Amino acid sequence: MSAGQETFYEVIRRQGITRRSFTKFCSLTAASLGLGPMAASQMAHALETKPRIPVIWMHGLECTCCSESFIRSAHPLVKDVVLSMISLDYDDTIMAAAGHQAEAILQETRQKYKGQYILAVEGNPPLNEGGMFCIDGGRPFVEKLKEMAEDAMAVIAWGACASWGCVQAAKPNPTQATPIDKVIKNKPIIKVPGCPPIAEVMTGVVTFVTTFGRLPELDRQGRPKMFYSQRIHDKCYRRPHFDAGQFVEEWDDDGARKGYCLYKMGCKGPTTYNACSTVRWNGGVSFPIQSGHGCIGCSEEGFWDKGSFYDRLTGINQFGIEANADKVGATVAGVVAAGVAAHAAVTAVKRVIKKPENVG
Amino acid sequence: MGIQTPNGFNLDNSGKRVVVDPVTRIEGHLRVEVNVDSNNVIRNAVSTGTMWRGIEVILRGRDPRDAWAFTERICGVCTGTHALTSVRAVENALDIKIPENANSIRNIMQLCLQVHDHLVHFYHLHALDWVDVVSALSADPKATSALAQSISNWPLSSPGYFKDLQTRLKKFVESGQLGPFKNGYWGHPAYKLPPEANLMAVAHYLEALDFQKEIVKVHTIYGGKNPHPNWLVGGVPCAINVDGVGAVGAINMERLNLVSSIIDRCIEFTEQVYIPDLMAIGSFYKDWLYGGGLSSKSVMSYGDIPEHANDYSPASLKLPHGVILNGNLNEVMPVDLKDPDQIQEFVTHSWYEYPDETKGLHPWDGVTVPHYELGPKAKGTKTNIEALDEEAKYSWIKSPRWKGNAVEVGPLARYIIGYAQKKPEFKDPVDKLLKDLGVPVSALFSTLGRTAARALECQWAAHQMRYFQDKLMAAIKAGDSSTANTDKWKPESWPKEVKGVGFTEAPRGALGHWVKIKDGKIDNYQAVVPTTWNGSPRDPKGNIGAFEASLMDTPMADPEQPLEIIRTLHSFDPCLACSTHVMSPDGQEMSKVTVR
Repeated sequence: MSAGQETFYEVIRRQGITRRSFTKFCSLTAASLGLGPMAASQMAHALETKPRIPVIWMHGLECTCCSESFIRSAHPLVKDVVLSMISLDYDDTIMAAAGHQAEAILQETRQKYKGQYILAVEGNPPLNEGGMFCIDGGRPFVEKLKEMAEDAMAVIAWGACASWGCVQAAKPNPTQATPIDKVIKNKPIIKVPGCPPIAEVMTGVVTFVTTFGRLPELDRQGRPKMFYSQRIHDKCYRRPHFDAGQFVEEWDDDGARKGYCLYKMGCKGPTTYNACSTVRWNGGVSFPIQSGHGCIGCSEEGFWDKGSFYDRLTGINQFGIEANADKVGATVAGVVAAGVAAHAAVTAVKRVIKKPENVG
Repeated sequence: MGIQTPNGFNLDNSGKRVVVDPVTRIEGHLRVEVNVDSNNVIRNAVSTGTMWRGIEVILRGRDPRDAWAFTERICGVCTGTHALTSVRAVENALDIKIPENANSIRNIMQLCLQVHDHLVHFYHLHALDWVDVVSALSADPKATSALAQSISNWPLSSPGYFKDLQTRLKKFVESGQLGPFKNGYWGHPAYKLPPEANLMAVAHYLEALDFQKEIVKVHTIYGGKNPHPNWLVGGVPCAINVDGVGAVGAINMERLNLVSSIIDRCIEFTEQVYIPDLMAIGSFYKDWLYGGGLSSKSVMSYGDIPEHANDYSPASLKLPHGVILNGNLNEVMPVDLKDPDQIQEFVTHSWYEYPDETKGLHPWDGVTVPHYELGPKAKGTKTNIEALDEEAKYSWIKSPRWKGNAVEVGPLARYIIGYAQKKPEFKDPVDKLLKDLGVPVSALFSTLGRTAARALECQWAAHQMRYFQDKLMAAIKAGDSSTANTDKWKPESWPKEVKGVGFTEAPRGALGHWVKIKDGKIDNYQAVVPTTWNGSPRDPKGNIGAFEASLMDTPMADPEQPLEIIRTLHSFDPCLACSTHVMSPDGQEMSKVTVR
């Protein structure tokens, strides 16, 4: 409760972050924005005196599952996030204001907190029809998105929509729904994929930034390593059944009732990088595999277009030897990374993150 | 200047035009424009769905067993109801029968959604239309405690509790960073609650935020996660094993106990917090009975929550089925979703093209060719709209009609139909609520009535969860732990060409999916969803939809502060991602445009 009265600087000092690290954070962030040393000291001053980091949460083409997931967070509780950790000044889904009063907040934030706010994006912009498949305030959503990105400190891409495009970008992508890193090119973007992402992963990313005063380490695809560096399959509690060759062969069969491996029912755990099998869902109650359905791979790029959710993955050695399965995962990551590597956003991210990783 | 609509509204667009865009605290993107007369009374209303995603074309050529996952992503707020509708449509097409236990578990999940969605809607999407957060700062915590204890046994009601909360709220406001409460309509004359009721409501806003995450654990247990739990054509994916090797990896005693305890808490929270809050708010707003719109005229419900697996006849459905037209509560007509002459969609005022726009199309034969253009009287440009021209095309939502009639769907429609059918489980709670508030039956046809029906339905749904969980336990006790039928799992077992329809009552109203399957793949897929019914633009005959009708004749205290407009729109719980996703079966390539 008392955190509500602390400034961002006070919060991170209390967490053991030194003055030096704080200053470094400010200068790295300023550098990533292409701003000079003057801007860094301004930013430091702002963060020392402004109590909570302003967050602007915009919605493009999406289904709002990311917002719904966010409010499920068990630790921290979302009321504490909103009342004490960040200042959620704009979020269409929960804000009191509408119309002009809502629009005014965007302009005010751009001016008052230039280079100091986090832009969180749920959904993505459609580019066909002049962008008017998603109209916001009478204008194309993509224009508002780019305007708000212009003065943001960093951008969070919530979920599969903002990160990869998700269902509306599945073939043939009739609206040309486009991941945000294709339209925002000069800002660090943290991708938090999943349909939706796990609640505690979402609040974990937000509180990491507000607590440690820096962006988390990102992998080559722009995802926080702490949550997306391991395969579902590698941490799955049903893994011993995979290794022992014990599989569900048919829905509700004896194997299903014994909790055997769902690989033969199409489980995408072996090619999916996410925290489901460790953090689990809704306060750790369960995750898809634990409740009897295979993973559909919802945090992976283009997961809608990789065949039926019930098609068995091919090219994975079934019995115990993992070289092949690992290769599949590594190949997927490598191919995507090569495409992303050329991207300016990655370069910007690298400046901010603590230990930049070699790209390529 | 006035235009008389066939469904009984007098539209006059000569007065000042007021635009609200974006309408917030909804799912998706919505714009509304109204004209007010010299007394600031709304005399014309124009509602516009402002997003479009095209999920149905994406479904073409895909495995019908996957369709639930795609359609589930139509909406993450009413998560699961599209998936359930989809598996029902595919099962209907392929004549797949599901086990009784699968029916019970699906009902529990659907009811869980109703409870969660209604609760979150009331507290987090709708409450701020009735509750002035800033006014809560001047409440007396002792008087707040007395108020809370006079209406409920809910234990979190001491003066100290409210004092602590008020202190936290005060610090929050004094920080100058108001977050989601920034630029709200605080102090607006349309707010009627005393400070104490406001403080109590703010406390429950936060408590409900904590509690809602518990409700969805029912989805997590049976479906693996929430939002977007997993479903299965032919049953449910979770296997039951309460007493044997591997039970710990299936639905076992511990899992069933967890569901059971959550159901108890749902009943408790609904009855000790939600319903008393509704009554408290209702008692201060019972003179503000605007917003009825179509509800006193034409309402529709498909019905849902089948008592018996695979029996979707009205007799088996626990939620009411039927249509009422022209306010005639003495006649409830049946709906046939397969009849090409009953449910039809029109596009005269939608950004789509038909060869003949005077005619509607049944969803099985639906086409959607997008055609974005503004009418001659619109102001602004195509990419910077200042005012729309409602005489032309003006929305990404189509206009579905039942036998040519615009109807309202949702909790109020369900309760009006149940009331007309004299079903005691719907009529009795309504009569009690009206009596306790001291208002006549006609008060039901209002914004407040819509909000009240949702609360009553939340309570009903919580008890029905208990009923089906008990039914599931009884079946397991009797030795039946079957949850899936895999006889027709393999596409090789399917006929060459079939079609089917599935329906549910989503939290927001009647939802239908129509599917055609050919050679084991989806040939065509159409969904007509609640917000398409409620948020529809005008049809060829000039009938206005439920959103537009509900805003008519409402006085505004200050047109620059559109509190009354958003209060009434929110009472429908609009879901725009749902309503505006349809797309042509051919999936024409639209012109590509370079973004500036």
